[in-house]
Amino acid sequence: MSERETVRIGVYVCHCGTNIAATVDVKSLAEYAGLMPNVVLSRDYKYMCSDPGQDLIRQDIRDRQLNRIVVASCSPHLHEHTFRTALKVGGLNPFYFHMVNIREQASWVHENRVQATRKAKDLVRAAVQRVAFHQPLERGRVAIQPDVLIVGGGIAGIHAALTLANAGKHVYLVEREATIGGHMARFDKTFPTLDCAACILTPKMSAVRAHPNITLWTYSEVTKVDGYVGNYKVTVLRQPRYVDEDLCSGCLECIEACVYKQAKVPDDFNLGLSKRRPIYIPFPQAVPQVPVIDPETCIQFKSGKCKTTCVAACGDRHAINLRAEAKEERIEVGTVILATGFQTFDAHRVPYYGYGKYPNVYTALEVERLVNASGPTAGEVVLRDGGRPAAVGIVHCVGSRDENTHRWCSRVCCMYSLKLAHLIKEHTGAEIFNFYIDMRTPGKGFEEFYQKLLTERVHFIRGRVAEVTDWALDPSEEGKLVIRVEDTLAGFVRRIPVDMVVLATGLEPRTDAPEVRRLFNISCASEGFFLERHPKLAPVNTFTDGVFLAGCCQGPKDIPDTVAQAGAAAAEALALIDAGYLETEPNTAHVVEEKCCGCKTCISMCPYHAVAFVDEIHKSRVNEVLCKGCGTCVAACPSGAIRQNLFEDDEIFAEIEGVLSNA
Amino acid sequence: MPEPFEPKIVAFFCNWCTYLAADLAGTSRIKYCPNAEVVRVMCSGRVDVQFVLKAFAKGADGVLIGGCHPGDCHYQEGNYKALRRYRLLRRLIRQMGIEDERLRLEWISAAEGDRVRAVINDMVETLKRLGPLQKSEEERAHLLEVA
Repeated sequence: MSERETVRIGVYVCHCGTNIAATVDVKSLAEYAGLMPNVVLSRDYKYMCSDPGQDLIRQDIRDRQLNRIVVASCSPHLHEHTFRTALKVGGLNPFYFHMVNIREQASWVHENRVQATRKAKDLVRAAVQRVAFHQPLERGRVAIQPDVLIVGGGIAGIHAALTLANAGKHVYLVEREATIGGHMARFDKTFPTLDCAACILTPKMSAVRAHPNITLWTYSEVTKVDGYVGNYKVTVLRQPRYVDEDLCSGCLECIEACVYKQAKVPDDFNLGLSKRRPIYIPFPQAVPQVPVIDPETCIQFKSGKCKTTCVAACGDRHAINLRAEAKEERIEVGTVILATGFQTFDAHRVPYYGYGKYPNVYTALEVERLVNASGPTAGEVVLRDGGRPAAVGIVHCVGSRDENTHRWCSRVCCMYSLKLAHLIKEHTGAEIFNFYIDMRTPGKGFEEFYQKLLTERVHFIRGRVAEVTDWALDPSEEGKLVIRVEDTLAGFVRRIPVDMVVLATGLEPRTDAPEVRRLFNISCASEGFFLERHPKLAPVNTFTDGVFLAGCCQGPKDIPDTVAQAGAAAAEALALIDAGYLETEPNTAHVVEEKCCGCKTCISMCPYHAVAFVDEIHKSRVNEVLCKGCGTCVAACPSGAIRQNLFEDDEIFAEIEGVLSNA
Repeated sequence: MPEPFEPKIVAFFCNWCTYLAADLAGTSRIKYCPNAEVVRVMCSGRVDVQFVLKAFAKGADGVLIGGCHPGDCHYQEGNYKALRRYRLLRRLIRQMGIEDERLRLEWISAAEGDRVRAVINDMVETLKRLGPLQKSEEERAHLLEVA
């Protein structure tokens, strides 16, 4: 389009049903816009994003020779792409477009109709003035490297890895712990079907290990991420496990041979409920089936005076190398799936429930290990002194739905509490009391499971537990843990003596989530879980292209939802890989060489080394492939020689004048 | 009775944190004063000294710059560049007879919808206390010249 061609703007005001129309006078806004300079046509319409709405734009471009379009509707983060595509289909360059956000930033945040309408008019006026300066632009393309990095080897990471690997893509699966499996590996049965977690998880873990398309790095962490979608350069630090994964046959004789005849070190996998030796395997079905030596507790590492019987036991396989060092691996991947999971709420934070004070107050995850046949008690639910509980209280919402700790519902606790109630009853025949605020069972087969429990003579008491105490008020409470609770259905305070208390602790973001977030340049929501691009329409995407989310790192969810989300994340990665490229925003910077004075101010502004100085001509030049389009160099240039597409000085000046010209 | 003074704020919000926070305020239906008009930029580092001076020259009573928290910039360190310029700008506008409270830089992450409300409402209150930015045509022309 030649510069001399007259600017012919079409303005479209969306009602968004009543979302906008209820607070902004859309008719008067459209009429007002129609009177602005260069505006050929203005309309208001119920839903601009609908097909008929987009058709309006396309037809008007053709019939009324429009060459600039302004749509006043929702956030550009939601529908900018939709409308740009409509322009393109209508035969106009998609960047002859500007979007005005009169929903999220006007109608939804203001109550006074007059003021909201006035603000919407200002914003539309600014857009009309701005769009006149718009230039036709072309999108660039970045090639997508087909390999994928998955961070976190819980059920989410495992499922995503297998999905991608089965599609023929190469996956690097990086797990911090010595084995994959995550939280799910600790569970006994899974709700509501009561199928055993190990039976459904361990085949998938073995499949990961055996898959030719998966490179599995356990005991490893991502330490550095450079690059951008399609071309991430990632550094992974592989901690030494002192047992070579390639040479080890998994016979585990070294563990038996350890000079520690008695296991003495608290076993993390069993949450300290059992002991392990300094050389150990996290649990029998661990993948990889390779022991780890813990240098903190191994005598050889501490004093150098061990007989190293483990090395002797390994014999001529020579898999044990006590001098192994951490190793850095550098890989290039096109896409990343973060499946870093959650941590359970630390029950010490609610001291009135007595965790850490009374030995027979357990967290649900600990009980999960107790009821597990491969757990520290071989599936016996026993108290710390070895006795069997005759009465058990399960306290719901510990660290969930609580103003003092976490306000969110952790979504899984009601169901796992019901499951534990069933399992403890099955294992011990004990009398079980559930203390709940609301029973939340919204899932396939969940309500039915709850109904089943109601017939199993499990007691349900509605009320948030006030405290757990050993202070007996009468002989029947002696030696017991007393749960004090207001029974809100019966309407009085009750004291229920039990032998064992199970705290249904909630799910929270991992402590290191902020570091992981910075590493991958994504955002966290207010509670600290990773923020998805859109809560409904882009639930596994992030605001960083090529980085996807799966599982509880995005928010609490159960296993079915986690697996579904992992599949979705894998599908999003596949979509990018199979397209082979991603279209980029053309908002890069460029230097107008005639204006550049060669002061080099811009060089130090760019964190991506996209601005380089060309000595021959004594001027700066922007490498548009490296430029990410922040515009920092543009703002810094004292000669006004650098320009940023879509955010040209002229465009922003016009916008500023536009919002103010009614002032 | 004359109409009560309603200050006009031009708000430069970065695309990745503060603009999203303003969107979140919307989806959360958080209500705040309608005095701030948002100009979206990709990064707070894009906010040119000229933008701010131009806004004051053209009638803004206050200018708000919103960026990601330190260490959280989508472009690594654009917000630090914004901070450097902001410090300089505060001194510059003071010399030009504009109260430095009229310019504000705030770190607001994508999760802090409620902070958008708090910051804008607070700024409106400050500006109401300060009153309109009264500049003669000459002074405004001078501002533009500096810009």
